[in-house]
Amino acid sequence: MSKPIHSNYLPYLLVWFALIVLTGITVTFAGINFGKYTVLTALVIASIKAYLVLSIFMNIKREDKVFKIFIGISLLFLIISFALLFSDYSFV
Amino acid sequence: MSSTEETIHHAHRDDEGSRMGMWLFLFTELLLFGGMFLAYSVYRYMHQAEFHIAAKELSTLMGTLNTLILLTSSLTMALAIAALQNNKKVLSLILQGTTLVFALWFLINKYFEWSAKYHHGLFPGADVLMEKSPGQILFFGLYYVMTGLHGLHVIIGMLIISYMSLGTAKNKITADNHVRLEAAGLYWHLVDIIWIFLFPLFYLIS
Repeated sequence: MSKPIHSNYLPYLLVWFALIVLTGITVTFAGINFGKYTVLTALVIASIKAYLVLSIFMNIKREDKVFKIFIGISLLFLIISFALLFSDYSFV
Repeated sequence: MSSTEETIHHAHRDDEGSRMGMWLFLFTELLLFGGMFLAYSVYRYMHQAEFHIAAKELSTLMGTLNTLILLTSSLTMALAIAALQNNKKVLSLILQGTTLVFALWFLINKYFEWSAKYHHGLFPGADVLMEKSPGQILFFGLYYVMTGLHGLHVIIGMLIISYMSLGTAKNKITADNHVRLEAAGLYWHLVDIIWIFLFPLFYLIS
């Protein structure tokens, strides 16, 4: 038999709690006007939430290094698309 | 299981390769939704004030509720995999079922949300919507396409999880062989991540 994995439930529960708290924070912050920083705050909080889901729920922390490199590359290309797009539009 | 049987059984299995295959698929999903987020960002940049006005029509409460539902369904899915890895089949099945219930709840809320919009004449091609400014029309167009495509992913996710539950019940997915359930989990978490970005961009900008 392959050795049984003993999966701990606690990290998942902690991440879930953090996600709920972050949702609360982002909803509260949305009510306050930070001017141009409002979108930035919302996106930063969403990115933290996405990172938590990616690393713990999707177990990227436990995966081989190549998974992290692939995710990095795909995100890089998405960022390049955004950067190139806005290099066009921010001067309109 | 004898060691010989074990060798034969595992001869053509590469769990890490299977997960990598799933991830490669998820990258294509990232680009699919990424393209829509690109369109959203440009149109919002060009029609900032109108996007803010249009977003007032969306219910922040409903959006928040659906966010909490989806986040919790991601938890139950992650726990279902952990439970199966710990050889707790019944617990895993219960958690998979809970995930499905949350997914269904999410869709029911979406149904009520869309029906309310429909009754207010806020749907593509409606006269009420067409009289609004271009930015507001674009906002609702993006809203329906992006949350619609996301909703479609929720439905597909439900079908995949149901299939995996069947496999778990029939002992085809076990503590020893759970990579398919993991792949379903990865898909479900991606759907969750997409919603994590959709939520502030549509519901929290008014």
